[in-house]
Amino acid sequence: MIDLQPLWLTARLAATTSCILLLLGVPLAGWLAHSRRWYKPLAETLVAMPLVLPPSVLGFYLLLAFSPVSLLGQWLQGFHIQLVFSFAGLVVGSVLFSLPFMVQPVAAALSSLPDNLREASYTLGKSRLYTFWHVELPCIKPALVAGLVMSFAHTVGEFGLVLMLGGNIPGVSRVASIAIYNEVEVLNYPAAHVYAAVLCGFSFLVVLAVNLLRRHSERLAA
Amino acid sequence: MIRFKLQKQLSPRLTLDVAAELPPGQITALTGDSGAGKTTLLRLLAGLSHADSGTLAVGDEQWINGRHSLPPQARGVGMVFQDYALFPHLDVRHNIAYGASRDDLPLVEELLTLTGLAAHAGQRPAQLSGGQRQRVALARALARRPRLLLLDEPLSALDPALRSRLQDELLLLQQRFAVTTVLVSHDIPEVFKLASQVLQLADGRIARRGSPAQVYLQGSTAGRLHLNATVLAIQPADLLWRVTVQSGGSMVDILLDHDEAAGLRVGSPLPLLACNLTPLPQASRA
Repeated sequence: MIDLQPLWLTARLAATTSCILLLLGVPLAGWLAHSRRWYKPLAETLVAMPLVLPPSVLGFYLLLAFSPVSLLGQWLQGFHIQLVFSFAGLVVGSVLFSLPFMVQPVAAALSSLPDNLREASYTLGKSRLYTFWHVELPCIKPALVAGLVMSFAHTVGEFGLVLMLGGNIPGVSRVASIAIYNEVEVLNYPAAHVYAAVLCGFSFLVVLAVNLLRRHSERLAA
Repeated sequence: MIRFKLQKQLSPRLTLDVAAELPPGQITALTGDSGAGKTTLLRLLAGLSHADSGTLAVGDEQWINGRHSLPPQARGVGMVFQDYALFPHLDVRHNIAYGASRDDLPLVEELLTLTGLAAHAGQRPAQLSGGQRQRVALARALARRPRLLLLDEPLSALDPALRSRLQDELLLLQQRFAVTTVLVSHDIPEVFKLASQVLQLADGRIARRGSPAQVYLQGSTAGRLHLNATVLAIQPADLLWRVTVQSGGSMVDILLDHDEAAGLRVGSPLPLLACNLTPLPQASRA
């Protein structure tokens, strides 16, 4: 019988990360979709960086930034917050690392909405926030769901960043991908097989769900 | 009374510079070629674009004063967009009620009845015909009880028969609510039917203004009709050529001499002049 704790920890990390991304990523996507500020390309680049950055690089910098000897680490310790080798640190790292998977599809969907939907709402007396919440977001539901699913899936598959920032502590940072690595290290291939098969099945379901969502939204658009 | 005097740079060589009064409770038509500034003026009145300078006074309220401008939310405007801009995720009733205050929910039901949409109240815009969507857009704008109704070519996408019927409905609703209205239109019969005043824009300025008759009829009518036809076939007919052309949905044979027919090919455009026009007998009209 395999240890289910890594799977439970993975699900908890992915769910927490996705919820935080929904709260942070959607307003950020809204700003990116409508802003005409000169520094918008800079913000878009920073958001997209995790797509090309090796996870270990981000993990390395976060490890240094959150370490108790850094200024940020010392400041956080003043509030009794420790982000290295802790679940909270993994959540912060995962949010940063999965940010483009939530922000990019939502920003693209918001940009593709006709301007006059927003303008009609403004002439009908509604504020920008009300319009964003009651007109724009309901119109891009498929993109929101796709962003959420992709963020969840991407967090499930994280390895380099988790290992760098959280280590391999059972119950704290040993997520499923780390557990596979750990089982192979101790030559426990049957357990590694089970973890790997669970992640394979999950990934298949995620990609299938995103494809079905895309087909559904294309049918609605037609 | 609504008065405006507005300036806005449209391009390096074109400035919108217009001043006019809108007669209360009546329809003012805004006409002119594409790029003359009609839609920009409508957007300035709605608060969706900012004027470089000028004023817009609606009764005792200043909607625009220099560079200070009330946002669209704070103006009492209703706007019908060219493509209607209906909210696709809301049904007809919720689209119409979107801008209405809570006290005006009976008005929403009244508008559903007046526009014949009561039976479609639960349907979404994608399930409606073009004419029904136009009615929803108009009802949605009126449900806000606007002081100024702005219509951006609201009927241009509809076929002529439906267009004529909706013009009648539009006029009835506009008179029922007695709302001062600005209508952008390219259709001269529509302007004659609906508007009491015409502002004809050209190159960002009001080139002509007055009643439709003053703007369109004085000195510009003729006893002849210019038609644009397309050549369909060219056949010899004794000493002449029989040229079959199509114009306005009709195919007509005309006889041309050798010189007139020279250079014509199938598909060539051929301007025609029709004289002695007489109306069709009553029974033959569609």
